[in-house]
Amino acid sequence: MQAVKTLFVGSLLVLFIVGPLWASSSAFNTLYAYPELKPVDSVLRVTVGQAAPDFSLPAVSGKQVRLSDFQGKKMVMLTFIPAAWTPVCSDQWPGYNLAKPLFDKFDTTVIGISVDNIPTLYTWTRQMGDLWFEVVSDFWPHGKTSQDYGVLRSDGMADRAVIIIDKTGVIRYTHVGDINVRPELGMIIKALEQIHSRGPSE
Amino acid sequence: MKWSVTCLVLIFSFFITTMVSAGDFSDTDLSFHLPVPENADQREYLGLADGQTFTLGQIRADMVIVQIFSMYCPICQREAPEVNAMYERVAADPKMSERIRFIGIGAGNSSFEVDFYKDTYQVPFPLFSDGDFVIHKQLKEVGTPHFIGLLITPGVGEGYTVFYSRSGEMGDPVAFIDRLVALSGLDF
Repeated sequence: MQAVKTLFVGSLLVLFIVGPLWASSSAFNTLYAYPELKPVDSVLRVTVGQAAPDFSLPAVSGKQVRLSDFQGKKMVMLTFIPAAWTPVCSDQWPGYNLAKPLFDKFDTTVIGISVDNIPTLYTWTRQMGDLWFEVVSDFWPHGKTSQDYGVLRSDGMADRAVIIIDKTGVIRYTHVGDINVRPELGMIIKALEQIHSRGPSE
Repeated sequence: MKWSVTCLVLIFSFFITTMVSAGDFSDTDLSFHLPVPENADQREYLGLADGQTFTLGQIRADMVIVQIFSMYCPICQREAPEVNAMYERVAADPKMSERIRFIGIGAGNSSFEVDFYKDTYQVPFPLFSDGDFVIHKQLKEVGTPHFIGLLITPGVGEGYTVFYSRSGEMGDPVAFIDRLVALSGLDF
């Protein structure tokens, strides 16, 4: 009788434990969704053809990342995002993580930039898996690099922007899109392809 | 006495959990059109004639599993091989392979992004772009991945009945498809 009881209770426990697993949730269980924001709230201060403003910012990896260190080695795509733990941003860099072969094809590295601090960025990006590119913090002086590029919004966040810099350190592509919308990957890869095929600027 | 009470509590809890998770799918709006695939093998797989668009009820199958995914979703990326394994499990079974079809819809993913995801993971079933989130909004912005199970019911209502709709990780692919088959009520 005891064996029957044990088997019965054990079976129920298995059912009880296994059942809810089917309803497990997504990678980001807790996100803060802003209401629809003003699409663009900054004025770009850089243009295609000019030298990219240099910066040295702390990265989630523990390194200090200096843009000019990539000159002569790699093209660089800067991806400014508004804020960690928000829906669109959380769905952007994991795509660039998957698209590494496409960036490799055009000899390009990616630097993710956010005005959030390192602990926040570290915790957030850990939910994305192992990112192959550097994620840097423009937290202090708050948003200085974002301001240098002209993508800092009046609310202290950055606009959603993509800046592509060639191996000579010259800006070759800029895109400041609607903050509420993720930039389309095909558009970015097409820009990289064109810059790569034309070679470095004079 | 004590163990009887424990059992009753467990039984009650399990059935409550099951009832809650079973849900009501009558408001799952799948009344959208998808483009007929250009690829002849994919048209054949879905049993579609040449044409511009099709509805889910036009797929030649008894059961259709729809995955709402995104190439930007870490879980979708991580589970893509498992979803392929689920497809292979069905393809390897002569009875199921004749009656079950899979499609994927990339929420907010352009054609470029869907194609890249398909190539990266060698997804064997048809994937469709929902670049402007139109379908995703129609589905009340479900999280990704999200799986929907349909019974195809020609001539009845929209031509299908939803028996499963849930967001989250799929888990073990064999257990998942076995569960969907059990929930469908179909006899294989």
